[in-house]
Amino acid sequence: MAKMKALVCRECAKEYPTKALHVCEMCFGPLEVKYNYEEIKKNISRKKIQDGPLSIWRYADLLPVEGPNFLGPHAGMTPLVRAKNLGAFLGLDELYIKNDTVNHPTLSFKDRVVAVAITRARELGFETIACASTGNLANSVSAHAAAAGMRAYVFIPGDLEAAKVLGNLIYTQNVIEVEGNYDDVNRLCSEIAGEYDWAFVNINVRPYYAEGSKTLAYETVEQLGWRTPDQVVIPMASGSLLTKIWKGLHEMKTLGLIDEVRTRVNGAQAEGCSPISTAFKAGRDFFKPVKPKTIAKSLAIGNPADGYYALKATAESKGSMDMVTDEEVVEGIKLLAQTEGIFAETAGGVTIGVLQKLVKQGTIKKSDVTVAYITGNGLKTQEAVIDAVGKPHRIQPSLASFQKTFKMGKNGGGDA
Amino acid sequence: MASMKVHIRFPEDKIKEPLIYQIGHEFKVVTNVRRADVRDTTGWMDVELTGESAEVERAVDALRKKGVIVDPIELDVVEG
Repeated sequence: MAKMKALVCRECAKEYPTKALHVCEMCFGPLEVKYNYEEIKKNISRKKIQDGPLSIWRYADLLPVEGPNFLGPHAGMTPLVRAKNLGAFLGLDELYIKNDTVNHPTLSFKDRVVAVAITRARELGFETIACASTGNLANSVSAHAAAAGMRAYVFIPGDLEAAKVLGNLIYTQNVIEVEGNYDDVNRLCSEIAGEYDWAFVNINVRPYYAEGSKTLAYETVEQLGWRTPDQVVIPMASGSLLTKIWKGLHEMKTLGLIDEVRTRVNGAQAEGCSPISTAFKAGRDFFKPVKPKTIAKSLAIGNPADGYYALKATAESKGSMDMVTDEEVVEGIKLLAQTEGIFAETAGGVTIGVLQKLVKQGTIKKSDVTVAYITGNGLKTQEAVIDAVGKPHRIQPSLASFQKTFKMGKNGGGDA
Repeated sequence: MASMKVHIRFPEDKIKEPLIYQIGHEFKVVTNVRRADVRDTTGWMDVELTGESAEVERAVDALRKKGVIVDPIELDVVEG
């Protein structure tokens, strides 16, 4: 029997075949993949996973693809860094950074979800893949499509910075700038997805695409020596990443790979776009959409598709949510860079800023084994920190000039 | 015939207005509410509008002019 049972509506539980579908015809609720866990359980073990490839595909038994030909062969298995310096600074005994700034091929966690989406798209017979994105997702779709020899269409808002546009054009010529605001782009893409026989990764193949995020949970557990952390801090845009990490942890328990899930999931947003965190703090089970205004553009989703489910998962786990200002985002990026040598994009600054807040509040305790998810590389959002990093010390090409600037001690160490 | 699935949000001051009924009368579209949550101060509906393509577009524009927010059923599609 196949490991995928069906697509199932998250609202009314009506089941559908495992095709390119995303909305329940009955109640219009979103669809997700339903697995045959009894079947998977017969075929999975810690050893089998450990003997697998050093990529997300070591967890292929838990992903919505048939295989055995996987696209995006190098995505995942990014380092889980023991962050001793940052931990000491924050007052945490055991802090880890799940470092997706070095994910392959485009340096963000989106390479996980796109690898799954494009693999499934090809299995379903699609020759064209598309997405609507302002940055990381577009880069990842363009790169994966190029490597897979598939046609790609990447829709971007008309006001995107030149560097981000270039990051797509280098892979494909089919980059489409849509005039109008983000609502106009949303509406057009929804319409286009219904019009053409394309795999639109965040529309009609979203049920498969989103599952790729579960690999962050699997890897964390495996890299921690088959145990779940006490606390995780996860950046939220659509909210999907948080819900899938929660799902992934529970799947590992269901399959007997771990004994218990003792994790509290905590969500992080930027104040300028915090519909989910705001709802959580107000004790509401629904969010009010907002118009994003933040430097954390990779998280700037004002009307998040999985916002309700992220609130639910956080409540189930007895976790928390919070938000930080843009200034705190920049401070978070610098703090991570200067303590751990990891340059994160703005979403990483949000995660570190909220982690700091949750520790200060006492929500995360000193002895809690904590994992912070850093989902994208800082080289992509350099404009966010350009005014906050200072300038180099300019000296004349002489030893005297250097020594005038830096007062050296006997051991050769000194500050300006 | 075209059909469009939309998510409609009602601001507090529009919750009591029979906008779906009005749209069905003013335009040649069939309105089919599939899921909804209407409370004292907030409300939303997932609705399918079926009719000639241009008429559906006009109905959506009219809903917006009446003061509700109409989004694709997928909500925000553009991601980071």
